[in-house]
Amino acid sequence: MANGPVWVFAELVGGRVAPGALELLTKARSLGAAEVEAVCLGPGAAEAVSELGRHGAATVYVSTDAAFAELLMGGPAAATLAPVIEARRPEMILFPGTHDGRDVAGRLAAKLDLPVIANGLDIEAGAAITVTSTIFGVTQVVRTQFGERRPALALFQPKAFVASALPAAPVPRKVEVPAVIEEPHRSARVIDRSTQVASGPALEEAAVVVSGGRGLQEPANFELLHEVADLLHGAVGASRAAVDAGWVPYSMQVGQTGKTVKPAVYIACGISGAMQHTVGMRGAQTIVAINRDPEAPIFKLADLGIVGDALTVLRQLRDELRSRSS
Amino acid sequence: MNVVVCVKLVPDPNTPGQLDPETHRLRRDLGDAVLDPGDEFGVEAGLRLAEAHGGEVTVVSMGPERAVDAVRKALAMGAARGVLVCDDSLRGADALTTAKVLAAVIRRQPHDLVITATESTDGYSGIVPQALAELLGVPAVTFAREMSSDGTLLTATRQTESGSETVVTALPCLVAVTAGVNEPRYPTLRGIMGVKSKPLERLTPADLGLDAPALSPAGQTVVSVTMARQREAGEVVRDEGDGARRIVELLARVRVI
Repeated sequence: MANGPVWVFAELVGGRVAPGALELLTKARSLGAAEVEAVCLGPGAAEAVSELGRHGAATVYVSTDAAFAELLMGGPAAATLAPVIEARRPEMILFPGTHDGRDVAGRLAAKLDLPVIANGLDIEAGAAITVTSTIFGVTQVVRTQFGERRPALALFQPKAFVASALPAAPVPRKVEVPAVIEEPHRSARVIDRSTQVASGPALEEAAVVVSGGRGLQEPANFELLHEVADLLHGAVGASRAAVDAGWVPYSMQVGQTGKTVKPAVYIACGISGAMQHTVGMRGAQTIVAINRDPEAPIFKLADLGIVGDALTVLRQLRDELRSRSS
Repeated sequence: MNVVVCVKLVPDPNTPGQLDPETHRLRRDLGDAVLDPGDEFGVEAGLRLAEAHGGEVTVVSMGPERAVDAVRKALAMGAARGVLVCDDSLRGADALTTAKVLAAVIRRQPHDLVITATESTDGYSGIVPQALAELLGVPAVTFAREMSSDGTLLTATRQTESGSETVVTALPCLVAVTAGVNEPRYPTLRGIMGVKSKPLERLTPADLGLDAPALSPAGQTVVSVTMARQREAGEVVRDEGDGARRIVELLARVRVI
């Protein structure tokens, strides 16, 4: 591993450090770099420094410029970071594979002509830097090695690593960087922001999706899915059969003609697993299926298949999760 | 309003893609290939804006010769013209190379707006739209689930990790749309019949003034492709009252709880 530092793009969400930043910093500590550094842009960045330090950042490059909250992040962040990258020459930059993470990494790749690898699940840094990712609905594992050009840009899936704080860490050095905002980006303003608190995460973005089909017997039983999903901070989806039956709105449909989801865990309840449905969910990292019919095709995809009554299992699951969270 | 929509030919999502274990490239000899279903939303969004404000939709693609089928599908939906960049040197092109080629084509077209999907259905790196916008020097509104324009400004609602945000930006800009931004139209018989009379330009990187080193100086190499754990090998058990507990154990093992 060469001498340059490893950087982590520490995203702020609502002015607070996003979990992905801490996961990536934890991983960065294990890559053998002389120094782990973080970049943190936007209001709240100054307050984030100590937490980033506890997770391994020795230096945090900070801009608290309001533009990072008022404008689309990608353009201004790339323009701000480009000169800092050229001065500091990091070996690699780890990004969360979030909306803003992708925007910033994609722009930096083009701006500085840098290699970028997305959807990472793991990274090794020895003589070369190699990122492991999965493709095609997690059917194949690909290892991609960066060439000579640095920094290497890599984006990682949420929860690819487990965050852990250092038992004792010095307060990081805080380096203010000036915000650089090129003209076309001044016009791209965020005029309104809404947070879905009550309804949980959006279906396409949820780390856990609990989906129901006709096997739930009646529409009222979707309430049970919502209870389980809420306990897992997840979202509720549905098969086309449930949507076509008018049980739930089209916005909840997962599959070929609905939404494609790639959560960490997908729990299919009373869904047979027709191709039309599985196309939309087979990218899930882990699949759990509950169905009465032992021959249901969904079991061919499932990491864990439970042959039984979905409602019975869901009620027990809800109760068990409640007892764990209380 | 002149709109450029970027589209891609992908393996039919109903037949999972595979990388060739020898070449580490996408096997294109398996099953059908189709216009990426995610791109149909972009084509539809472009057509609606062009219909509302006047102007034309140009469809741009990079891919193997048979990617012409993806371009033709978009033409059948109503796009006015198509451009396909096709060359052996582009086989296995990474996201940045793809963005460079698309940018070179788009610079030659009159355009107020560039539309892409959020990510392709086969590769889903989700990097091309942002890299393309950077090369074109325009803002990129990614993950757009609603969009409208008065011809000068574009307003879009964008998904975020925590909800959504509304963005207003001047044109030109790039918008990467999500599935669900609209309901894509089906090509009509008349649309399909009309495809042959629409201009379809085929270009090589050389035509665009791009040489091989300019395209891929950065370098990244796929070093291995292996089949992931087989989902078939998953455990299927009859619920004996312990189904929920087994699920909880799995959730803990994959660190969701």
